[in-house]
Amino acid sequence: MENRSEEDEVADIKIDKIDKFYGSVQVIKDVSLEIKSQSFTVLVGPSGCGKSTMLRMIAGLEDINSGTISIDGTVVNELPPKERNIAMVFQSYALYPHMTVFDNMAFGLKLEKRSKEEIDERVQEAAKILQIEEYLSRKPKQLSGGQRQRVAIGRAITRKPKVFLFDEPLSNLDAALRVQMRVELAKLHDNLNATMIYVTHDQTEAMTMADDIVVLNEGVVSQKGSPLDLYNGPNNLFVGGFIGSPKMNFISTKITSKSQDKTEVDLMGSSTINISKTLSSANEGDAVMLGIRPEHLIINEESDGSWESKVFVVEKLGSGTFLYLEKEGEPLVVQTDGDSNIKVGDTVKVGFSASRCHIFDKSSQEAFK
Amino acid sequence: MSIFSLAITVLIGVLFFVAFFHFSNFLLDYFRVKSSRKFALENSLRVVIFIGPAFIVLFVFIIYPVFETIRLSFYDKLGENFVGLYNYAWAIKDPDFKRSIINNLGWLIVVPTLSTFFGLVIANLADRVWWGSIAKSIIFMPMAISFVGAGVIWKFMYDYRGPGDQQIGLLNAIAVALGFEPQAWLTIPIWNNFFLMAIMIWIQTGLALVIFSAALRTIPKETLDAARIDGASELKIFWKIIIPYLEQTILVIWTIITLLVLKVFDIIYAMTNGQWQTEVLANLMYDWMFRGGGDTGRGSVLAFCILIGVIPILAWNLYKHRQDQKV
Repeated sequence: MENRSEEDEVADIKIDKIDKFYGSVQVIKDVSLEIKSQSFTVLVGPSGCGKSTMLRMIAGLEDINSGTISIDGTVVNELPPKERNIAMVFQSYALYPHMTVFDNMAFGLKLEKRSKEEIDERVQEAAKILQIEEYLSRKPKQLSGGQRQRVAIGRAITRKPKVFLFDEPLSNLDAALRVQMRVELAKLHDNLNATMIYVTHDQTEAMTMADDIVVLNEGVVSQKGSPLDLYNGPNNLFVGGFIGSPKMNFISTKITSKSQDKTEVDLMGSSTINISKTLSSANEGDAVMLGIRPEHLIINEESDGSWESKVFVVEKLGSGTFLYLEKEGEPLVVQTDGDSNIKVGDTVKVGFSASRCHIFDKSSQEAFK
Repeated sequence: MSIFSLAITVLIGVLFFVAFFHFSNFLLDYFRVKSSRKFALENSLRVVIFIGPAFIVLFVFIIYPVFETIRLSFYDKLGENFVGLYNYAWAIKDPDFKRSIINNLGWLIVVPTLSTFFGLVIANLADRVWWGSIAKSIIFMPMAISFVGAGVIWKFMYDYRGPGDQQIGLLNAIAVALGFEPQAWLTIPIWNNFFLMAIMIWIQTGLALVIFSAALRTIPKETLDAARIDGASELKIFWKIIIPYLEQTILVIWTIITLLVLKVFDIIYAMTNGQWQTEVLANLMYDWMFRGGGDTGRGSVLAFCILIGVIPILAWNLYKHRQDQKV
């Protein structure tokens, strides 16, 4: 990704070293980011990481304290939202309660002084895409949450912006509807070929919809990459723990020996495991975190390293089973087959596959690569 | 009367009613045991017991006076001889009455509109500057002053001294400083009405401001942001989003101020007493009722006119309220 040449594609949005302060609190710290034209980029992170602030700065709803944001090569720092060629969908839908669905969707076009025919045509078109044609004469309060969110998306579509900004648009919907809208948004992105930036705290939404995920933590970009890049190669402890559900298991351990391209770590004193990843700054005896995802642990089979442990909770989901284990105070979640017949109290052999293990330096939290 | 004796009076009043309800309810229960057949009668009796006192108070102080006023309007000066529509005929021909009606209409149009408008605009602007809450407190302060008190204060604003004297009125001081002749503002017909209205606006803007400030906070920030993204200027947001959003509040405030203005009396009484064509119905009524020996017939006609004026506003308000409940 980093090696992509400059001429490859026009970066639709370029964020260069921006800072944002609320009083003396710095919420965005020197963030630089390029968002490719027509990509679906998800900004994800825990509450308060600055993701919504970033989006609002791109939208022009928040001032930028330093640095620049450019859209299509134009620095937009000083431009009001309407001149940035963007549209935004909010978590609370933010519909105009006194206007009908049609007027909600036509509001921006009317302000642009479009002809009545054009407004009519565009609204009808958006309504058709979103399947809300029959509600056009209703008021927002007569609609359900899902329908309201469609109207909010429709309001964005009618204006045919270059960039769509979504600020946690699905958070107010119930679980089933959220999954459905997720699929529809992905479809919409394919149909419209527009650049979309989507903010969420939900890593599942990020993984399922994004071309690129930007993980933000405490105002800095923790990592940027495709969903699978982030899943398979987290750069640091935070990304490792944030991406993936259930969470990656972390085991406190230390380096027993280290060579050119391999690191051997202790597995709870019972054995060691040799992992072909390394970090130049790490030394033998350093404290590290061994990270492994629940779905990558192996039960009762041959592996590169293993230990035995007692199961104290079993969660059966049908599609899989989660086993909660404990070994010397370290909790461990293991995902296994849905039809597994392991019961609470059983002792199982938990196996580690070296290629699936991640190592993070305990002090810098950086990943071994 | 000292605070202490006031408290005792209130206490006696409350105890009396508690005793009344308790005792009459007890009596009803006692007789029910003896004749349990008359269930319907007993039920309606209980209703009478509980509603009765409130109804009596309402009747004596509100309903009876209304009908008594209407009755008196058909009688002569002392309320002794029936004169038919004579008082009404007088009113229609009376130039002061005509002037009052016109002035009242002027008050009704100007004061509620401007108070509501200023309240709304200031509430909007005050949120954008750091000294907004200080400004709001100052603007709200006149609400704490009685109308007569406000009249006294504003007398100083409009005060007039001879051309050679030092002007102590603010308006004249400014006029003189700018090189104009000092004016006796309150004696300039037509315009003096507006000077008097300014006082009411000065008082009522505070009320509108406080209520609008609270109402503005109920508008979700994201909705305003969405309008900004849609390309609306701040002025467009104000007209197309904020005003429709606050429609209910605007209606309520407008009604409150309208009803108040319809009864405007104190300001006129304190400032001009209806001279120089500033007469309004309430002051004219007071004049006829209590001055120069009093004429209950004509006074009642004028009181009745004010009552008639209130009805459409209340009716419209109730209608609007019902409409909203239906949706």
